[in-house]
Amino acid sequence: MNNLFSRRKGLAIKTIVAIGIGAALVVAIYQVSIPVGFIPNTRLQFNAAIIAIISAIFGPVAGLFTGLISHTLGDAIFYGGVWWSWVIADAVYGFLVGLTFKKLKISEGGFASKQALIFNINQFLANAAAWIFVAPILDILIYAEPSDKVFAQGVTAFAVNGAVTLIVGTILAFAYSKIRTGNSSLEKEA
Amino acid sequence: MARLLSYSDNGSPVHALSGTTKLLYFLVWSLVSMITYDTRLLLFMFLSSLVVFKISRVDFKTVAFVLKLILVFLSINLIAIFLFSPEEGVDIYGGRTVLADLFAGYSLTAQQLFYEFNVALKYFTIIPIALLFILTTNPSEFASSLNKLGLSYKISYSVAITLRYIPDMQRDYVIVSQAQQARGVDMSRKVSLYKRIKNAALVLIPLFFSSMDRIDTISNAMELRGFGKKGRRTWYAAGKIRRRDRVIIASLVCFAILSIVITFADGSRFYNPFK
Repeated sequence: MNNLFSRRKGLAIKTIVAIGIGAALVVAIYQVSIPVGFIPNTRLQFNAAIIAIISAIFGPVAGLFTGLISHTLGDAIFYGGVWWSWVIADAVYGFLVGLTFKKLKISEGGFASKQALIFNINQFLANAAAWIFVAPILDILIYAEPSDKVFAQGVTAFAVNGAVTLIVGTILAFAYSKIRTGNSSLEKEA
Repeated sequence: MARLLSYSDNGSPVHALSGTTKLLYFLVWSLVSMITYDTRLLLFMFLSSLVVFKISRVDFKTVAFVLKLILVFLSINLIAIFLFSPEEGVDIYGGRTVLADLFAGYSLTAQQLFYEFNVALKYFTIIPIALLFILTTNPSEFASSLNKLGLSYKISYSVAITLRYIPDMQRDYVIVSQAQQARGVDMSRKVSLYKRIKNAALVLIPLFFSSMDRIDTISNAMELRGFGKKGRRTWYAAGKIRRRDRVIIASLVCFAILSIVITFADGSRFYNPFK
């Protein structure tokens, strides 16, 4: 994974590309959703799971910008307007969900049940912070929306995103980790 | 596949503006319409964005589909606001003029109607400009515009990569999801919810793997070309800033300052006709 030029200032090239491709993936599946069934007109989206996995592999900065760019462009391209409070919430989510990325070892092939537990505890906390805290508060501050409504929306978003990331995010992490060879297969000689 | 708004040049004056100007226009419009609840200001912004839309000669049909979608979301939102907080307007404008008593303690007040009208107007103010921004800005120029407005060129480059790869990814998604459906992977109501989500993961896994391959390929190529070595970079498609761009940018800045002053002149961001 390490490259010869990694001492360069600023963001690593890999992070820059991961942000770009990760955001493109999120926008590409922006309108892909599956019916929940028991709640009318509710559909599950997979944005949160993709942002989480990008952040868990490439770190919180990659997650932050993936969330920011994908939500802004997705909103603008598909809905012709950008709901900034939720864009910021998604960026916060992307950042927080990647905070434990060094412990997860996904690209080194070390993602096992312990790492899955860390990943999921972290993602539920990040989801709670973003959707129950940041998004509703910004909705009230920026758009002056009624607080009951925005907190109800926030709790729903928290539950849905948490569940999708728990299932899809964890599956993706296991699957990708399986095809990566461990760093430890080679030892550096003294 | 979902309809996507995309750039096409019809040679109108709006298309000819530099991407930086349009980006700034979009940002100022969305910031001001976000902050203010001043009805007069919002009405002015809404009408003038309609004028700009007219000048751009964009065919209404290309946006009709998205507009329908927005209207559905907007109506749901307005109804939700009313159901959750029918007295919000009363709190804000400090008066209570009941127009009609509805069901279960809900009553329709003039203040609530006016508040929800403002919420809707905020949407309508930004929609034409956001649509125009997407429809009239060359995606290749977009990254250089972000860079010109002060965003680091590395992040601007991420945005350029995103815009470049969205169509590829959409095509990949269609291919993968049809292949998996042909193998019996079901994401419809016929299977249980847990199964549906799991099956969706079966479509996302190949898509995600190919994305990870892309990240490797592209970052290796950029590495080999020495990307990021210098503090600045030039852009293949950088729009020229002409005189009319400068004029528009200057007036935008003035407008932004003026609108903040007007909004907060009476100490509240709401315009209150009930006083």
